[in-house]
Amino acid sequence: MAETLHARPHADAHHEELSFWWKYVFSTDHKVIGVQYTVTGLVFLFFGFCLMMMMRWQLAYPGQALPLIGGLLGEIRAPGGAIAPDFYNQLGAMHGTIMVFMGVVPLAVGGFGNFVLPLQIGAPDMAFPRLNMLSYWSLVVGGTVMLVSFFLPGGAAQSGWTSYAPLSDIAPMGQTAWLVGMVFLITSSLLGSINFIVTTIQLRAKGLTFMRLPFFCWAQFVTAFLLLLAFPPLEAAAVLQLMDRLAGTSFFLPTGLVVSGQVLEVSGGGSPLLWQHLFWFLAHPEVYVLILPAMGIVAEVVANNTRKPLWGYRSLVYSLIFLGFMSFVVWAHHMFLTGMGTTMASFFQTTTMIISIPSIVILTALILSLWGGSIRFNTPMLFALAFLPMFGIGGLTGLPLGLSTPDVYLHDTLYVIGHFHYVVAPGTIFALFAGVYYWFPKVTGRRMNETLGKLHFWPSLVFMNLIFMPMMIQGMAGVSRRLADGGQTYDFTEPVLGLNKVMSHAAYGLALAQIPFIINFFRSIKSGERVGANPWDATTLEWQAPSPPPHGNFSEPLVVHRGPYEYSVPGAQRDFCPQNQPVGA
Amino acid sequence: MEIPYTVEARPDTGLTSGKIGIWLFLASEVMLFGALFATYIMLRVGAPEWPVGASILNVPLATLNTIVLITSSVTMVMAWASLMRRDLSKARMFLWATVALGGAFMVIKAIEYNAKFEHHLYPSESTFLAIYFTLTGLHAFHVLAGMVVNAYFAGPGSRQWHTNPQWLTNRVEHAGLFWHFVDLVWIFLFPVLYLL
Repeated sequence: MAETLHARPHADAHHEELSFWWKYVFSTDHKVIGVQYTVTGLVFLFFGFCLMMMMRWQLAYPGQALPLIGGLLGEIRAPGGAIAPDFYNQLGAMHGTIMVFMGVVPLAVGGFGNFVLPLQIGAPDMAFPRLNMLSYWSLVVGGTVMLVSFFLPGGAAQSGWTSYAPLSDIAPMGQTAWLVGMVFLITSSLLGSINFIVTTIQLRAKGLTFMRLPFFCWAQFVTAFLLLLAFPPLEAAAVLQLMDRLAGTSFFLPTGLVVSGQVLEVSGGGSPLLWQHLFWFLAHPEVYVLILPAMGIVAEVVANNTRKPLWGYRSLVYSLIFLGFMSFVVWAHHMFLTGMGTTMASFFQTTTMIISIPSIVILTALILSLWGGSIRFNTPMLFALAFLPMFGIGGLTGLPLGLSTPDVYLHDTLYVIGHFHYVVAPGTIFALFAGVYYWFPKVTGRRMNETLGKLHFWPSLVFMNLIFMPMMIQGMAGVSRRLADGGQTYDFTEPVLGLNKVMSHAAYGLALAQIPFIINFFRSIKSGERVGANPWDATTLEWQAPSPPPHGNFSEPLVVHRGPYEYSVPGAQRDFCPQNQPVGA
Repeated sequence: MEIPYTVEARPDTGLTSGKIGIWLFLASEVMLFGALFATYIMLRVGAPEWPVGASILNVPLATLNTIVLITSSVTMVMAWASLMRRDLSKARMFLWATVALGGAFMVIKAIEYNAKFEHHLYPSESTFLAIYFTLTGLHAFHVLAGMVVNAYFAGPGSRQWHTNPQWLTNRVEHAGLFWHFVDLVWIFLFPVLYLL
């Protein structure tokens, strides 16, 4: 990082030279930590994607040796190079865990939140810089435990990313590592969320009222509350499952449980459903943790590139807050098939239908924001625009799952997988790409290449849909999500079995489509087009700091005079009025 | 570079960052113990029979522990009050007293645990004992954490007095909020596990 590029000397900063280790590794600067989170998140996303590509081979060509790396996996994981069912289960469980907890959350919350939020509110850093460092290093420890678990006897966790008991209670050692890893990941998110909330409340620049906050900050603020309040129950659940596995308790083991023809010798009396309740009490708000920061990024990019204010800023904010509240009372719609009874099912399907309203308000407001704008179709905007219909498809296909009757048919089929991947893959991940392209100039002082960006975007869009659309078709035909052979043992899958090959090759195509991004990313750090502090002509405060911002961010405290998206103000000299530009100037 | 509102309250919120931070942390702790109490309820209503706590557990010892912990909350407040009166040595004394009372709680708890183990009453014996050991174990872990924090402020951390007394006072207040929370958890644990 060329720290001094645009850095102006600032008032009370005494710059002592820090050694490499303290500056880039054990740094307390929110920008360095943000970059650390971003890089870690991207690496884990790539790793999780690799696990998925191995699974996709097995689904398309069950029992055939995995090309290139099949021989390297060892006889236990892949006898003769073909993936063993147990290893397939590990890949599935770890793909989900890694993508959610070590990929998207660190990138969306840890990466963008850490880097952008303090800058957008005009703060010199996070409220608790050392706590910030601690939360990053908890992530590293948790991630390492998860990775190492692949090499334990019996391999990594293999009971799905949901780790449903009692299966997970009696699974090999890898599950214990999963639980320990989760405790660290949870701690990381908890500490981070406290930091985000306090920073937003306390360190806003003078004049930056809550209704002048950029929507991205609102999204991070609400997300932090979800993390803060939803994660502890999973921590409790992890402790209980650790007790089950290590101290021989029976929290999740019912009386008289038979395993491999033998009655398990435990005290019994536990409840497998208890795990599901505790897990989904976290994991449903977690879904919104994955999507809200993405919406925040898209809102920023859309407002900036339509050159007009967001449509319905207030309704966006109120919807966001309502969504946050509601996300705590919908969790049992994941459990309609557990025999919960119609009264409970009615309650949870009603709350689920209610929560779709604010989501639709947000999506509608973002689409209406495009109306009448003179849109700049640059790479971040393309990704943000693609987010809208992709998230739309993901959201709307969720409605049948939220109603208890159609869910009886669709539950645990590939339709579910198609549905939530539309939300998080072409939805959230596209928004994250938009964010990378959009804020890259702020981080490095250089812009990413537009041609390579478009080469990244268009194939990604096509392949994403080729992966997940057929998945929903298979699901509607009744194919289960948990078959290690892609469903070929069953006759009824015959008409849709061929789609497995389509999806798998689309997945490899998607991998190829990421090559322009990787090249672009590294090349632009070194030799991208140099830009000034505000290359996108944006209004929010992060663009008022030099690119890259120096330690302490702003040369002098900012005063905010305007709302976040004052683009194309009639009578103004330029088509954008930065938030700190005095009214009338 | 100085982060604002660490020592002084922000005028429009009227709070320091640390104060908000510790309350948010306690909110997450409420969710943690809330989930475990919910577990207790779910296991109990699902069980064909559930032992009366007093028939297995030692109520007199737990009563003693309740008194010990409440007393420690008083000394904790005294430590903070002494700092507010700008009397460091008294504050340190009260902090050490709080640590000592926390230690006494842990010793009594250890005696209780040992008595259970001697009668082969392990967590694996029944769901009642499982939730008993989990809840009290997690609570004891919190007591231990609070003791470490208080010992830090009584010992090496107290040097901050000479550079920034107000900050130290705030931090002791936050440590106190945590300590009272841990105390409060026990006030719920005691009747739920031992008496109901």
